[in-house]
Order: sequence, then structure tokens, then C-alpha cells
Amino acid sequence: MTYELRCRECGKSWGNQPRSICDDCFSPLEVFYDYDAVRSSFTRERIAQGPASMWRYSALLPLPQDYRPTVPAGFTPLLEAPRLAQKLGAQRLYLKNDAVCQPSLSFKDRVVAVALSQARNFGFETVSCSSTGNLANSVAAQAARNGFKAVIFIPADLEPAKILGTQVFGAKLVRISGSYDQVNRLCSQIADERHWGFVNVNLRPYYAEGSKTVGFEIAEQLGWRLPDNVVCPMAGGSLIIKIKKAFEELIHLGLVEAKPVKYFGAQATGCSPISTAVKAGNVDIEPQKPTTIARSLAIGNPADGHYAIKVITESGGWSEDVSDPELVECIQLLAESEGVFTETAGGVTVGAARKLYDQGRISPDETTVLCITGNGLKTTDALAGKYELEAPIAPKFAEFEKYMERTLDVPAKDLPEPVGA
Amino acid sequence: MTITVQIPTALRRLTAGNARVTCSAANLGELFTALDQQFPDLKSHLRDESGEIRRFLNVYVNEEDIRFLGGKTYAFQDGDEVLLVPSIAGGRE
Repeated sequence: MTYELRCRECGKSWGNQPRSICDDCFSPLEVFYDYDAVRSSFTRERIAQGPASMWRYSALLPLPQDYRPTVPAGFTPLLEAPRLAQKLGAQRLYLKNDAVCQPSLSFKDRVVAVALSQARNFGFETVSCSSTGNLANSVAAQAARNGFKAVIFIPADLEPAKILGTQVFGAKLVRISGSYDQVNRLCSQIADERHWGFVNVNLRPYYAEGSKTVGFEIAEQLGWRLPDNVVCPMAGGSLIIKIKKAFEELIHLGLVEAKPVKYFGAQATGCSPISTAVKAGNVDIEPQKPTTIARSLAIGNPADGHYAIKVITESGGWSEDVSDPELVECIQLLAESEGVFTETAGGVTVGAARKLYDQGRISPDETTVLCITGNGLKTTDALAGKYELEAPIAPKFAEFEKYMERTLDVPAKDLPEPVGA
Repeated sequence: MTITVQIPTALRRLTAGNARVTCSAANLGELFTALDQQFPDLKSHLRDESGEIRRFLNVYVNEEDIRFLGGKTYAFQDGDEVLLVPSIAGGRE
């Protein structure tokens, strides 16, 4: 194998097994690679020959030997965003659009794809997770695709679309009366007693590696160079760390030139433990009780908070948070200016980016990528009351002209006078 | 105060296989001291070199994160159920 689990803190090797904690020092495990063994198969040329999905980077993912992927996750568009840039006072602005990630329309498809490759390898028949919604959808979808049973744990009051979007795949959905943090704690207890593959508990070190593909893709799609800034939504805090790991691996293996990248985090004000710590100059988070409509980011006790804070502050970045009304407005702003309909987390990211430009923390002329991680069709309730349905009009030209006059103040046109035959 | 502590699987080898342990303690500091006395090998897993609770260890009292209850200053009530749960992080510095 070209990879194995090691304790981040004490360095002990744990081989490859479903486990996320070092029994010796209780610290998290991380996938370490033998980069020399990978070097020849992880080149620009080899990657270009790969599929148009995250699997083009398989050499730096912890996959079982001869693994054959079953879902075309990743390789989502990197869009230039000139109209949004204009509105934010930016120039070189890009969107990494995981609102269209396969198969369940969020970036979670990347991490689940890696986790389930190992779930099969380790012999699990049932896969599971605690989720704020997107992960639930992805585990349910990919479990169906791969023939696993799925048991999914969620806070009871999630958005209806995320609940339906889990049930439709035949997953067992367990609703918990409590916050995500309570669901997550319960899952740690359940994972301790049952032989299930919990993607974000005992499979977490493998799962988390899937997030690196966001970073690999950003670099490749920018023409094999790194951006100056990345703005990333933060729930558990893992994505921003793994984007950094991806960039460092690309530098280490010579695929891109080394350059400093600043990492910026985005949270909702109603759940901003990481942002609060960054602003206060703390290295650890204080847990919060979330009160925000950005449910996918509503993790009050983010497991990777400590590391996310380090990545942000050591890079010279910053973290901002936005209110619920602001994030809703920013969902609309992104949709109207770039044709991308994102969920509440995307509104948070755009809103945070706007603040960062306003504060001068991001310079307009720098290349900046906003990570849009989820799809707006899953959180339409956030836009309730924002748009009115007008009364329908009869299918008659004259009616439409009257409508134009009434609603847009455009003078009505008459049909041309008939000419006698 | 008599309280019950649930030991996660990862640490049961240090508690002679016991999954639930009863202790007499008034607060978190006393709880750790009581655990140290019962299971000397456990100490280094729960606290770091400076004696502080380990960063990746979460303590819950009756399902509530002890940090919401006052943390070290929380006064245990008779019959409290304490959970030790590792924080499942996956990052790196």
C-alpha cells in the first residue's frame, strides 16, 4: 500500500483499518502517503489521461487496490464570475461549483465516495453517518448505488428536501430530537458498539481525504497554478484543511509552483465557533448552540476547529460570519449575477467574501476562489416569501400586452390591423 | 456525589474491561483524580502534560457538553451520567 493511518500527534502507525482515533493518545488519525511511490503516477500528464471526475487523482486518494469507482463524483466546473466580481468590488473571482457534484449535488459526494470504497474493503454491510443533510443525501445515494444498507442519523428538524432526498434512496432515516452535535455524539457511542461503517466516525480519516480533490481540481482548472485566496464555508472545519493539504501535495510533487495561499473561512453568525476564535486570536474553539438557517453549517462543536483555526491564521487569512438575512440575500445575489443557485452555505460563503473584500483583507486583483459546496434546490425554504407568484394571465396576446403595461410600465402594443384578402 | 462514567471502547483496556465505572466526585477535577486512583494507566489518556483535559476529549454530563454547564466549575449532582467521547477530527496542521 502507498498509504496508511498514523496518529497526527504521536506518530504511531495504525496501518489501514476502520479507526479514527489513536488509542495511545486519543488524537485523530491521518492518512499518510509514500510520496516517492506515488510520484510517477501523479503527474500532470497521467492526470490529464484520467476520467473527468475526482478519480483522475486516485493516486493520492486512500483507495483499495484495483478499486473501480462507481460514481462520477467531482471535477465540477470552476467558473469565472465577472458579474459577481463587479458587485463585490473584485476582479479575478472564481466559483468552484459543487452545487452540481454527482450524484447528490454537494461536495459531500467526494468524501463519501472514498469512504465507501473502504467500507467495502473492510467488509461492512451497513454504512452510516451523522449528518446536517448533504452527507445524509450522499451516503444514502451512494449506498444504493453500491448495494449497502444505510442508516442515517439527522437532527429531526432538517429541511424537508434533505429528508426526502435521503429517504428516496431507501435509507433508514433516524431523526434525533436534538442538535447536530448531539446526533454526532450519539453516533460516536453507536459506532463504539456496532459493526457499521460510519463514514464520518470510524472511516473518517479516509473520508476526509476526498475533500482534497476540491483543491486538486482548483489548481488543475486554473492551469496548474494555485490561487492567491480560497474562501471556504466551515461546518466541522475539515474542507479548508484538506484544500491546503492538496495544494501542499501538488507543490511537493512538482505539479504546481510553490506560492503562499491565504485561507479564508465562512460561517453563519448564528453558528460561528471557528470564526469567533479566529477573530479573538484563540487557538481553540468554544462550543456554541447553533441558531441559524444555514443548517448544513450548524455544527457548534466542530471536530476540526482547532486545525482550521491554525490553517487560517498561519496563512494570513481570516474568517468572517454573516447573518441569516445576509446569507439569503447572497443566495439571490449569486443566482442573479452568475446563474448559480446555491444552498444556504453558499450564501454564507458569498456573504463572507463580500465582507473580506470590503475590509480589504482580499485584494481585488488577486485570484480568489469561492467554494460553493451545495445546491439551492435543497434549501428552497430559506427563500420563502422572497418571491410572489403573480396571478396567471389568459393565453392571449392582448392580455400579455396589458400585463406588460401593468407590471413593467411598457406601453401596450396592438396586433397589426388585419389586411383584407 | 456518586456519578457513573461511561468509558469508550478505546479506553476499556485501561479500565480492566469495564464500560461503566462509578465514582464519588464533586467536580471534574475530583472525577479525574478518582479515576486516576482507580485506573492509574488512564491518566495520560485523559489529560495532557500540563494536567489539562485533552483537546480531543469531550466530556458530557447527562448528554450535555460539560462546557455548556460551566466546565471545570460544574458541581456534579448525585446520579449524574458522565460520558467520555473522543472528538472525531480528521485534519492535520
